Amino acid sequence: MKLIFEKGSTGRGCDLLPPSDVPVINLEDKFKRQSKLNLPNVSETELSRHYTELMKKTFGVNDGFYPLGSCTMKYNPKINDDMAKLPGFTDIHPLQSEETTQGALEVMALAEEYLCEITGMDNMSFQPAAGAHGEFTGLQLIKAYHEKRGDSKRDKIIVPDSAHGTNPASAAMVGYKVINVPSTNEGYVDVDALRDAVGEDTAGFMLTNPNTLGLFEANILEITNIIHQAGGLNYYDGANLNAIMGIARPGDMGFDVVHLNLHKTFSTPHGGGGPGSGPVGCKLLLSDYLPSPRVIKGAEGSYHLSYDNPDSIGRVKAFYGNFLVVVRALTYILSLGKEGLKHASINAVLNANYMMHQLKDTYHIPFSDHCMHEFIISLEDLKKEKGVSALDVAKAMLDYGMHPPTMYFPLNVPEALMVEPTETESKETLDEAVRVYKKIYEEVTSNPELAHGYPRNTVIGRPDEVGAARNPVLRYVYNK
Amino acid sequence: MGNYVPNTLEEQEAMLGLIGMKSSEDLFVQVPKGVRLNREFDIPSSKSEMEVSRIMTSMAEKNKIFKTIFRGAGAYRHYIPSIVKQITSKEEFITSYTPYQAEISQGVLQSIFEYQTMICELTGMDVSNASVYDGATAAAEAIIMSVERKRNKAIISETVDPQILETIKTYCKSLDIEVVVAGASNGVTDLANLEKLLDEETACLLLQQPNFYGQLEDAEKIGRLVAEKGAKYIISSNPISLGILKTPAEYGADIAVGEGQPFGIPLSFGGPYLGFMATKEKLMRKLPGRIVGETTDNQGRRAFVLTLQAREQHIRREKASSNICSNQALCAMTAAVYLDAMGERGLKQAAELSMAKAHYLARLLCEIDGFNIIYKGEFFNEFVTSSPINVDKLMKILEDRGILGGYPLANDKILWCATEVNTKEEIHKLIDILKEVAV
Repeated sequence: MKLIFEKGSTGRGCDLLPPSDVPVINLEDKFKRQSKLNLPNVSETELSRHYTELMKKTFGVNDGFYPLGSCTMKYNPKINDDMAKLPGFTDIHPLQSEETTQGALEVMALAEEYLCEITGMDNMSFQPAAGAHGEFTGLQLIKAYHEKRGDSKRDKIIVPDSAHGTNPASAAMVGYKVINVPSTNEGYVDVDALRDAVGEDTAGFMLTNPNTLGLFEANILEITNIIHQAGGLNYYDGANLNAIMGIARPGDMGFDVVHLNLHKTFSTPHGGGGPGSGPVGCKLLLSDYLPSPRVIKGAEGSYHLSYDNPDSIGRVKAFYGNFLVVVRALTYILSLGKEGLKHASINAVLNANYMMHQLKDTYHIPFSDHCMHEFIISLEDLKKEKGVSALDVAKAMLDYGMHPPTMYFPLNVPEALMVEPTETESKETLDEAVRVYKKIYEEVTSNPELAHGYPRNTVIGRPDEVGAARNPVLRYVYNK
Repeated sequence: MGNYVPNTLEEQEAMLGLIGMKSSEDLFVQVPKGVRLNREFDIPSSKSEMEVSRIMTSMAEKNKIFKTIFRGAGAYRHYIPSIVKQITSKEEFITSYTPYQAEISQGVLQSIFEYQTMICELTGMDVSNASVYDGATAAAEAIIMSVERKRNKAIISETVDPQILETIKTYCKSLDIEVVVAGASNGVTDLANLEKLLDEETACLLLQQPNFYGQLEDAEKIGRLVAEKGAKYIISSNPISLGILKTPAEYGADIAVGEGQPFGIPLSFGGPYLGFMATKEKLMRKLPGRIVGETTDNQGRRAFVLTLQAREQHIRREKASSNICSNQALCAMTAAVYLDAMGERGLKQAAELSMAKAHYLARLLCEIDGFNIIYKGEFFNEFVTSSPINVDKLMKILEDRGILGGYPLANDKILWCATEVNTKEEIHKLIDILKEVAV
């Protein structure tokens, strides 16, 4: 397909702005742009059709099943987007006075109240723009806490080997050394190894629960207690919160700080990679360190932005976070209410168990007794015996109009496919997925040499990724 | 109940039976009793769509929408073409995930590639990433990118947006990067002072052009000073201004960053926006964030993929160039469609109109007693004046007349802004009110 730069012709364009009604200013030469500015010259028709063509080459949740493990690709309710388009939310300047933005501040205060109740935390900041940004912020809180106490030797963050890659990367960005602890053969944090790993240099421990193998840590209270006993704090990665809303709360498991992914559990759309929102909640012992400003409720029922936070870690972003994403999440919470949130988690876990149950006689599922909201398939044997990889199987799924599961994660399971159906899929969709997964298994085992050729029905075949990285072409060049 | 769960309670029971469970309680046998929440959440019950719509709308209506805005300071109201809103409302773009599966994500990938191209064109740089969270985090990431083993000092001009400086301080503190603020005189970076601060341990200088006060800095001369010491030169720009102002590359910058919000994104109470970030080829592998590259598929057809992933957290974990694992994709697409629609002519026009309106406003303001332009240098579309009466009081008066006045910098200092959306009539109305209250 042509790039927008290869369409149109010089002189074409859209007529968007009026002529000036005030005198035009002559800019001094020393400030004037010298180089030619190459931008598309397209009519509105061409532009509109260009993006319709791109749209047809994009697969969204509305197109079909999207069981990306750890990503919680649930349906994105349309009312959320409608509410985020209300002019009262979109057309307000972030530096307007408090009196003129009471509704916006109320949105953030209510979302904070509800999300704290859901997670068992005391306070929350919406400044972080994404999950990784939330991790960065949450770890900053831990660091500020130890520093305030004069406890300066705590320079290590412990993460399990099944952790998301962002966990160690965020710890490094906050200046921490990373200690990995192994998982047991059953898929849980190795409590003995954790006990050996902690010490006076432990700043904190990062965990998602249910963990990335889809298992609820049976010894969670013992785990968080080991960290607390050593003087460290517990960080909850909220990626998998969708499994436990109304069932159990991070705050009751011994976690001191959490980040949430509003674009996962709270149904805000992913937008092809963002914007998301990664609010950070914490227990009272960390509240003073939260990013500034904070939204507070005055005695008279009005809302204020408080900048008087002397112990705050400071700002992690301009303004107050991805506000319109918070609007969507609040809309969702109001829609579901206390019953609906729990019901969503129950069905997320039910759908995963239902699908796992139907697949376990076909595929190797390392932890198949029971799962939470997601489960792992390992294709290690298939790879060894037939040379068919997790990638091959994933690519085959594309031909059936389904998004593949997350591939090659977690790292401690070879040839992993991580399946998270979510609660918004019907039984028929799950049954159809099971049928397709089984059919693909049959195809690749009987004709393993064909497996590397998938997909065959998509707009492009497998791209040359090695070539892309070796000879990077990262932009179009005019007049080559 | 559970509004978006399609399966009925009967279907759920049948599914439970099929997997050998008696009730939904059995699904959570793994969860120890000691951590169970044995009560309902203390939040309201579920509501119908109509009820929720009413509640949210009533909150939205508690916010005041100003028909006339003369405030910028990091967030700008520009005209948003209809085509921008239509295209970025397409469900496929809204609901898709990060384009890991290239075969079914060519649409998003190509749009990011086109976005990267236009950011390079605007800034004069060789390589752009797929965007980061916002202009402030883009600046912070650029600083981290510049630090070398023997160069650990980041100099930030005092004329940079204070929110950007605050964000940088948070990022740098935990990495033990020294942050030094270079003072200003007459609303621009003080060159003599800067020269003293620049040394062999300086990793970079961050300059904002036009700066927070709207002033145009002598960015070319500053670039020469920075280059003499072998430090990296980072310029943060208002992207609209790049339609007519010199590019960061023309000033000798190594990294160009900025807040992309003016490109078709509504004010939205501060977010979501997007940070753009571009650099020279030599720094390509240090650039954080997602990058899309062009390649071919197994039949030789043009294809786009996420590339240079060896920099990223899911491969490198704690050794990654950043922890970022997303971009503001839909905002980047918004910016791209905005630029497609505007073209060179439209963008230039938006920049020229913004500058002309701001200068017209400044001229009329100066005719009122007590309003004086504080910084005398050339400016783009923002400028600072004194105020003859208490600024908060003045803003309140304007608010009551439906105008969001300039941004108060102090009791007697205001940062004004105008863009192409401000009409001559609006400016005269503002001036009339100010004349009334200034006497």
